[in-house]
Amino acid sequence: MATAFQKIYTKISQITKATCSLKATGVGYDELATINGKLAQVVKISGEDITLQVFEGTGGIPTNAEVVFLGKAPTLKVSEQLSGRFFNAYGHPIDGGPEIEGKEIEIGGPSVNPVRRKQPSELIATGIAGIDLNNTLVSGQKIPFFADPDQPFNEVMAMVALRAKADKIILGGMGMTNDDYYFFRNTFSNAGALDRIIAFMNTTEDPAVERLLVPDMTLAAAEYFAVEKHEKVLVLLTDMTSYADSLSIVSNRMDQIPSKDSMPGSLYSDLAKIYEKAVQFPEEVGGGSITIIAVTTLSGGDITHAVPDNTGYITEGQLYLRRDSDIGKVIVDPFRSLSRLKQLVAGKKTRKDHSQVMNAAIRLYADAANAKTKLENGFDLTDYDNRCLDFAKEYADKILAIDVDLDTTEMLDVTWTLFCKFFSLEEVNIKKEFTDIYWKKE
Amino acid sequence: MTKGTVKGVIANMVTVAVDGPVSQGEICYIETGGDKLMSEVIKVVGSDAFVQVFESTRGLKVGSPVEFTGHMLEVQLAPGMLSKNYDGLQNDLDKMEGVFLKRGQYTDPLDQDRIWDFTPLVKVGDEVLGSDWLGSVEENHQPLKIMAPFQMEGKAKVKSIVPAGQYKIKDTIAVLTDENGNDINVNMIQHWPVKFAMTNYKQKPRPFKLLETGVRTIDTFNPIVEGGTGFIPGPFGTGKTVLQHAISKQAEADIVIIAACGERANEVVEIFTEFPELVDPHTGRKLMERTIIIANTSNMPVAAREASVYTAMTMAGYYRSMGLRVLLMADSTSRWAQALREMSNRMEELPGPDAFPMDLSALIANFYGRAGYVFLNNGKVGSITFIGTVSPAGGNLKEPVTESTKKVARCFYGLEQNRADKKRYPAVNPIDSYSKYLEYPEFAEYINGTINDAWIPKILKLKTRMQRGKEIAEQINILGDDGVPVDYHETFWKSEVIDYVILQQDAFDEVDAVTPIARQEEILDMVTAICEKDFQFENFLDVVDYFKKLINICKQWNYSAYQSEQYNDYKKQITEMLNSAK
Repeated sequence: MATAFQKIYTKISQITKATCSLKATGVGYDELATINGKLAQVVKISGEDITLQVFEGTGGIPTNAEVVFLGKAPTLKVSEQLSGRFFNAYGHPIDGGPEIEGKEIEIGGPSVNPVRRKQPSELIATGIAGIDLNNTLVSGQKIPFFADPDQPFNEVMAMVALRAKADKIILGGMGMTNDDYYFFRNTFSNAGALDRIIAFMNTTEDPAVERLLVPDMTLAAAEYFAVEKHEKVLVLLTDMTSYADSLSIVSNRMDQIPSKDSMPGSLYSDLAKIYEKAVQFPEEVGGGSITIIAVTTLSGGDITHAVPDNTGYITEGQLYLRRDSDIGKVIVDPFRSLSRLKQLVAGKKTRKDHSQVMNAAIRLYADAANAKTKLENGFDLTDYDNRCLDFAKEYADKILAIDVDLDTTEMLDVTWTLFCKFFSLEEVNIKKEFTDIYWKKE
Repeated sequence: MTKGTVKGVIANMVTVAVDGPVSQGEICYIETGGDKLMSEVIKVVGSDAFVQVFESTRGLKVGSPVEFTGHMLEVQLAPGMLSKNYDGLQNDLDKMEGVFLKRGQYTDPLDQDRIWDFTPLVKVGDEVLGSDWLGSVEENHQPLKIMAPFQMEGKAKVKSIVPAGQYKIKDTIAVLTDENGNDINVNMIQHWPVKFAMTNYKQKPRPFKLLETGVRTIDTFNPIVEGGTGFIPGPFGTGKTVLQHAISKQAEADIVIIAACGERANEVVEIFTEFPELVDPHTGRKLMERTIIIANTSNMPVAAREASVYTAMTMAGYYRSMGLRVLLMADSTSRWAQALREMSNRMEELPGPDAFPMDLSALIANFYGRAGYVFLNNGKVGSITFIGTVSPAGGNLKEPVTESTKKVARCFYGLEQNRADKKRYPAVNPIDSYSKYLEYPEFAEYINGTINDAWIPKILKLKTRMQRGKEIAEQINILGDDGVPVDYHETFWKSEVIDYVILQQDAFDEVDAVTPIARQEEILDMVTAICEKDFQFENFLDVVDYFKKLINICKQWNYSAYQSEQYNDYKKQITEMLNSAK
């Protein structure tokens, strides 16, 4: 690995599970090094004492290992050649193809100046009404699925990615099972979309700490295509909880005081640095965009855990999936799901009644949930309660289920039909200017 | 000046060996690869200074030279700051080059070449104190004052003052002779260390003047006052930011300063995009003209995030010294607390609750204490109203930031997940939220004089009704619809009327978003009339039917432009429906 004139150190003074320490001079913070060929990064400098975090773990490293400092932070070579390729966490091909030739850029680069951003305003149509109607996605947005590990989030994400008409889909896999990795590969390949796909993979078979590089690699590639090629890039990150787990492993080994749920105190900033890479650039700089759809797996649906909690404060909404027992299908949960940017497009890029219809439908669906509770508690239901229950069933089937594929105008029309079928004008409680047009009661 | 060299690096905390005196909080610059990284001293041990770097420390090496500046983190205050977008260290973001923020790039917060129409307010021989008004200039229709240096001690005599005319901010506009006979050249620029409170006023009485926000759940139910403090805690997704933006758009203030502290960049972009287009409902001018944005979003360096709220508060103090009404919004103070936590952790301090530093609650108290309604030395008044949001971890209000804030802020607007899930926006919990100002006799006196003396008693009655409504809802849940008397349903639905007609408000509807006080008065009267009426319903289904219809008309009323034909028509319909009921 070492080239001429590079100094080789051979005396490691301390080895822990994840770090090695040695005396060295002229070392920069964040700089990469190799220890007997294993990649490591400088995480602490104290005078001549340098502490290195070894990505694949310190197993097998002897105290006389050869340490070479590379004089640079982690980098990725970027060019059009990235398209259609699969890489590991270091950006090396794992698909048997050749190494990428191109410009070498540092990953984890600086943030976009907020005044150089454009307000996101382009609708991303997914055809799934639970998303497009109730939680509309906008390009430049960042939004995670909050899902239990058994839910079909990867399937929904792949479907969204393929329907979203992005120029590039960049997948960052962290702690992904080999099976899911093949699922994505096959799904994209069967859809004939492989040339638009780039993937950086850390599977469960790879060392956990390596995962820390995946989001930065993924987003460095995304920034290249969005900034230099002016493309609409969709980034998929799954699963961010695995990423956070790795953060806590490293901080624990560095003797940092843990905050909530054994996570490092910097968790919020660490996650924000990743999610805030989502951006819509203005036309003056090419109009490219990075949209991030991520997955945060929950344990037992607990969203007060530090990872989903901090994520919720960073991302622009969150999507929940739920199995609806009335119709036996997976639906996008209308109560807890939220897209914060929806008002930028709802009623502006979609029909004007969008927001009011969406809110009325969810309110009535909530009334149905109340009626259900009443029923379970053995109380008599009113006529209104019964109509709510009937509405909820059809609404779940025709709108909320993830197998729905409609455009937004069709979704609105379907919802109006349901309103008219089950309710009176007062019960729907929508602005008159819309009921005048769309209320068609037989 | 003292110099030093870098000895150690852990993330953004750097140890510097120094060759001379350094002070706590002093600013220094670390040179690396041609960049100068601004840093602040946070601890000194022997000849080692521990500094927090306001930027990324990537590539920083042992031995890098460090230069100390001899002063703490300061802001420059002068005309020309309105409608600007700054980062947490007061760099003008619009002056920065490129799409990405470059490390070590610092820009001038002021416009040196802009010309101002200056009018003197003092004459030669006048005696002045620090912060006294020497002259005025106009910026975006705001009368701004040029003041004697804030730091000046004792009295000074005006030796000379320039005549009315056009000047730049660095031009000397006056010469003052202090008590020791030294001459001080005064230009339009003030400097102030952000961590120190500005106490250049004569007196800070209890605030009493209603600050109109156009948000009914605040103005009618839990009013905030000029110079008051409030906070908005809420789990994510309950509408903190929407509510904050609504207040900053509509509040009756002269200057609005928004500190986006560790929050989403797109939310700041929303302000950049919308405010230049939106019109101030009170003056008819563009909102941006009265607004300053301090943007230190979540992906910008953590240490500068802590500085950003202080930068914003110091700017607010500058305008208050001119006798202006300033509204300061910080979103979110939890991110600021987290920045403190990250640093405390790196310094290996013993942690307090939830790993936050032990002095967190003192820092929060001091910060809220900087707001207030003041009498200036010249008898004029100025105010800083401060509203902060809090993002409690896991939505649990029993966490250190919320608890510390609750001790000091006088208004509490608690956002509730349950209300947000039901899309009852703004999701301010009507029962737990409070405004201490409702109990101030000064406030009551002011309201009696400006609105009427029935206002506060009516509000208190409605609050009791809300509470009663909640209790009954719980009973109905347990006993069932038929298990309670019909008048229970009536009481419950009356509380629903208060909720739907006063508390819920559509922030995205042009008309409903802002409700002027006069209109709020009409709504309050109408809702009170509905609640006071004694109905005689046969069964609970009639109750539900009747009130649903009534609420529907009331909502259409809320959506109609004030005093339009439609507005009057709906009002008439409501009255008729009320009178015709048994």
